Amino acid sequence: MTVILGQLFTGVSIGAVLLLIALGLALTFGQMNVINMAHGEFIMAGAYTTYVLQQTITDAGLSLLVALPIAFAVAGAMGVLLEWALIRRLYTRPLDTLLVTWGVSLMLQQLARDVFGAPNVQTAAPDILTESTSLGADLSIANSRLFILGLVVLAVAALTAALKFTPLGRRIRAVVQNRDLAAVSGIPTGRVDRLTFFIGSGLAGVAGVALTLLGPIGPTMGTNIIIDAFLVVVVGGIGQLKGSVIVAFVLGMLQAMVEYLTTLSVAKVIVFIAIVAFLQWRPQGLFTLRTRSLA
Amino acid sequence: MLRFPRRRLAAGAVALAAALAVSACGSKTGENDTAGGVTADTSGDTVKVGLLNSLSGTMAISEVTVRDAIMLAVEEINAAGGVLGKKIAPVGEDGASDWPTFAEKAEKLIKVDRVAAVFGCWTSASRKAVKPVFEENKALLFYPVQYEGLEQSPYIFYTGATTNQQIVPGLDYLKAQGKKSVYLVGSDYVFPRTANKIIKAYAEANGLTVLGEDYAPLGSTEFGTIVNKVKASKAEAVFNTLNGDSNVAFFKEYKSAGLTAASMPVVSVSIAEEEVKSIGTQYLAGQLTAWNYYQTTTGAANDKFVKAYKAKFGADKPTSDPMEAAYVSVYLWKAMVEKAGSFDVEKVKGASDGVTFEAPEGLVTIDGATQHIHKTARIGKIGDDGLITEVWNSGGPVKPDPYLKGYTWATGLS
Repeated sequence: MTVILGQLFTGVSIGAVLLLIALGLALTFGQMNVINMAHGEFIMAGAYTTYVLQQTITDAGLSLLVALPIAFAVAGAMGVLLEWALIRRLYTRPLDTLLVTWGVSLMLQQLARDVFGAPNVQTAAPDILTESTSLGADLSIANSRLFILGLVVLAVAALTAALKFTPLGRRIRAVVQNRDLAAVSGIPTGRVDRLTFFIGSGLAGVAGVALTLLGPIGPTMGTNIIIDAFLVVVVGGIGQLKGSVIVAFVLGMLQAMVEYLTTLSVAKVIVFIAIVAFLQWRPQGLFTLRTRSLA
Repeated sequence: MLRFPRRRLAAGAVALAAALAVSACGSKTGENDTAGGVTADTSGDTVKVGLLNSLSGTMAISEVTVRDAIMLAVEEINAAGGVLGKKIAPVGEDGASDWPTFAEKAEKLIKVDRVAAVFGCWTSASRKAVKPVFEENKALLFYPVQYEGLEQSPYIFYTGATTNQQIVPGLDYLKAQGKKSVYLVGSDYVFPRTANKIIKAYAEANGLTVLGEDYAPLGSTEFGTIVNKVKASKAEAVFNTLNGDSNVAFFKEYKSAGLTAASMPVVSVSIAEEEVKSIGTQYLAGQLTAWNYYQTTTGAANDKFVKAYKAKFGADKPTSDPMEAAYVSVYLWKAMVEKAGSFDVEKVKGASDGVTFEAPEGLVTIDGATQHIHKTARIGKIGDDGLITEVWNSGGPVKPDPYLKGYTWATGLS
């Protein structure tokens, strides 16, 4: 029984990680339809930001907290630069965007290798986050996982609120639903695009900070997770956050349960089969945005 | 504007074909008379040797350090007068962490550069890829990394540990500590699967219970479930054959789950000083490793090696087991050549049995029958400073036994 409870929490925490890395993509890919292959490298940038900050701020807890907003800004700025320099010229050519951003992703990986070296680097986590909270006899929950769960709840809440209640959020939704109509209504779509890209890329940076608690920090860390992030957004459905939220946790739970009964490789295969079957049934994903736009 | 006229395309294709033909001719220059083999070019006052390591791609992190160690040995030998009066001229190639590339570059080193010997390879996959190339051309490869055993190529010298010099002593140590059960965690490829097959055979014969085994794909970083399973099994120890980045995620998860070196020690066979640095002592302190050499190994030969390495590559660079085995392989080749009095591959092979070298790990001796070397097995404990200190050793060099013929429990294997 305790094992099943433990696995339930593992499922939730895999879901939280999936959601955190997919959240930024849900904005840039989900809302703007930009296939940004360099998204994983923004996650990497967030992780390296944590590493660099820890060189100056030696207190592990403080540097982690400081890293969250700074990584958001760093990754966001990289996103804006990418949008301004390349992507805005390619909005009508999705395939070219894919290739260009893939090239950018390779360049960023090499840049990281040149600056920080090919070996992984490590950051120290505050002691409290390397321990676990005990919930009875054999059941304990890793504090780092709790921290990530909290972070993702906070991020989703903030993002939802921003999209719903702020003028910027309204403009983003207007541009997503009908770009031309938004433009003729006087919304500066170019600026809205750039801001959306800033937020989406910034969230990738935040995910990078969180991932330093779980795994390696290296030049290729982004490529390892970008596929999972795309899966969540595609299955969740383009254009809405709630699809990604539900799908991330369902996939996390499925992965944890199947893996417990079989092995990691088999679980991955079964999750992929489930996704393919689901997309056969609902190619548009879990939720779709109904608009009167012709696009 | 961007469309090529068909004629120019055709011209380009012809030029490309011509270039390929030229390069194909070029690669023939080294081919020679002696019964299918290629003789090394030792006519000048230098002798060429090939260095074949991944300087790019996922394995570069480990293989670059091996390349550095080989270069150090080459420079030391040259400074002391070379081999048979000839200076060594190293020819470096990048295997790029890609197995077919390894085979291609091996062929180039043998046929075009006509080197006397090649030093390198790390993963078993790359070794298996180049093995037929060396056998076909009757050329020599020195392989410096611990591996899964069950192999004995007439043209490869294995200077890393085989299973009875690393994995079996690791298990012996656990048994001596009174551990009754283990859990096996490994990456999903040939080395961990073969190693675990051996471990299970050992366990059955030695009253050790294997409570479970799990594999993660190379590069996998999600270990929540595996660690839950390990924890629920209540095993007394974990035997870890994970490779690369996965170790980082595994040990972070392990510590978060409240498992410690005291409650459930992990014995790792792929974590050396360099890897400890990138995982973090915060997660590793107190855990065990099985190797034949540590930076802290005592002895004058090691003091000299560590000092020379740090002077050349930086004070913060640790030395590790595969680096030491690579460094030793160059000296062993030199000793074999000098004993044979010739660079000829067959003569060098014939002279190999009993050749010794006072290595940083202690005295090593080549076993001519298996072309492996006698090595001392050492179990080490990872300290807070990131260095590994020996807690147990085999008392002296262990005779290599790649097919585990000397162990009755291993009869069903291979």
